[in-house]
Amino acid sequence: MIQIFQLYVFILAGFIGFIIIQRVPPLLHTPLMSATNAISGISLVGAIVAAGGQYGRLSTVLGFLAVVCAATNVVAGFLITDRMLAMFKGKPGAPGAKK
Amino acid sequence: MIVLPMLQEVAQATTAMSTRDLIIQLSYLIASILFILGLRSLTRPNDARLGMQQAAGGMLFAVIGTLLNSNIITYQWIVIGLVVGAAIGYPMAMRIPMTAMPQFIAFSHAFGAMAATLVGIVEYRAAWVPDAAGAVAGLSGGRAAALGFEVLFGALTVTGSLMAFGKLQELITGRPITFKGQNAVNLTLIAVAFGSFAMLIIHPDSAVAFYMMVGLALFLGISMVLPIGGGDMPVVVSLLNSYAGLAASATGFAIGNNVLIIAGALEGASGFILSLLMSKAMNRSFANVIFGAFGSAPASTGAKSGEAREAKTITPEDAAVQLAYASSVVIIPGYGMAVAQAQHTVRELMELINKKGGEVKFAIHPVAGRMPGHLNVILSEAGIDYGALLTDVDDANRVLQTADVAMVIGANDIVNPDAEEDKSSPLFGMPIFRPWTAKTVFVIKRGKGTGFSGVENPLFFRDNTLMLYGDAKGVIGSLIKEIKALDEGH
Repeated sequence: MIQIFQLYVFILAGFIGFIIIQRVPPLLHTPLMSATNAISGISLVGAIVAAGGQYGRLSTVLGFLAVVCAATNVVAGFLITDRMLAMFKGKPGAPGAKK
Repeated sequence: MIVLPMLQEVAQATTAMSTRDLIIQLSYLIASILFILGLRSLTRPNDARLGMQQAAGGMLFAVIGTLLNSNIITYQWIVIGLVVGAAIGYPMAMRIPMTAMPQFIAFSHAFGAMAATLVGIVEYRAAWVPDAAGAVAGLSGGRAAALGFEVLFGALTVTGSLMAFGKLQELITGRPITFKGQNAVNLTLIAVAFGSFAMLIIHPDSAVAFYMMVGLALFLGISMVLPIGGGDMPVVVSLLNSYAGLAASATGFAIGNNVLIIAGALEGASGFILSLLMSKAMNRSFANVIFGAFGSAPASTGAKSGEAREAKTITPEDAAVQLAYASSVVIIPGYGMAVAQAQHTVRELMELINKKGGEVKFAIHPVAGRMPGHLNVILSEAGIDYGALLTDVDDANRVLQTADVAMVIGANDIVNPDAEEDKSSPLFGMPIFRPWTAKTVFVIKRGKGTGFSGVENPLFFRDNTLMLYGDAKGVIGSLIKEIKALDEGH
């Protein structure tokens, strides 16, 4: 039963993704890729539980490595996206570029 | 009768939901909403930055919520892990040059997918750890399927992304690496992986099947990306983006976490759409992108034209005169411009031509650079206003028809007339720019070799095409010097 609910959530979220992402202009496709990459760092949530749970030493080590990887993904992903988007501030057609 | 225990289970679950669980779920809900709004903000360049900052805030909500989870007993490793991850991620993100964006994203995917894979392994192991009473929880077929899916896509993405990273960073040759019977090997690997997957669903306790899947998927990631040329890497990166999302979603199914399912689904959809758009821009069917590229070993097309043809060259002095008196210039940049770090010099040239009364536009092909939108980022970094960018191929071709000078900088395949004229060309059918419709074409090129895809370009031998060989930054620098010298001379 719970799996069916999960499937609902998955499919509906997928639809929202399709609808939104189709409207992202080609101008921002590279930031989009890096943004979704950052969001996929959400595995961090699973990693935290794995690292903090009591499932034996090996599991804790693997969980710890998972936290490191996911945290790297999240931090690097969001920062680089922000760095890129910071450069896109100019209004279209406005004369005189910044800097 | 079967329904009854299930309902009881649900009822128990709801009554057992404490305030703590409510807070956790609420944090996940907020995170999901902020993720969706963040992606939506990317539809408008001016709101994008704020939107993505909010999405990062959403991530923070999700992490804080998770820390409240009652299954967490020790925080020590979590905190150390977060600190180490941030210490690796921060310098990585701040130092990476914009030109290296595609391989950076591939690299980052490997990290995310690695996390998903490890979580899958921990979850699988945890299911067989006896609790205080000595009972083993075990796995249902459904959860085993979710975990299997997670490690399959996760592990495949890890090695696949690292391969893509290696190819883009040119640690590995960009040429397709093929061997005899490659398809048979890949198909066998896939078949055995799916066999193990089926085995796992029927017998969730078969650890051999589970770890075999992990191993096979790691191997598949390598063997699937090996035969793909560097030119197709962006499609691979985007597809792996989608896989990483699916792995995250599968994690969500396995541990019953909606925010993972939602974020994974968003990413899965995004990677899928971008792969579609890219394959369309490269004139490849989607099936060809998913399977074709992995199988077909491209024949070396560069070698076929053995006839010695010489392209005409022009000196920077002569080119400078034409640029100085042009009223309309269209610059077609490719990845070569970014590699040479010529974007700032290009902006200088643009400003100089503008001052002389000429108009400069940039024609950006959807697949120019190494991923869609890559050159937009690089030109924006140089401070070129995005009003000067023509991102639509048809628009750009219309402007090119009336242009005095079309200047191709480090681009090759996207201006190859074979795409329209030679049915046997691997590029045939790809929408391209037509610089030869302008009065004069300058091509700035590092050397006489073929492009990234290894295909000969007849544009270089057209009557109105003049070559400027050399490093893009150096050539444009001397063009600027010559244009300035013109002023002083008169």
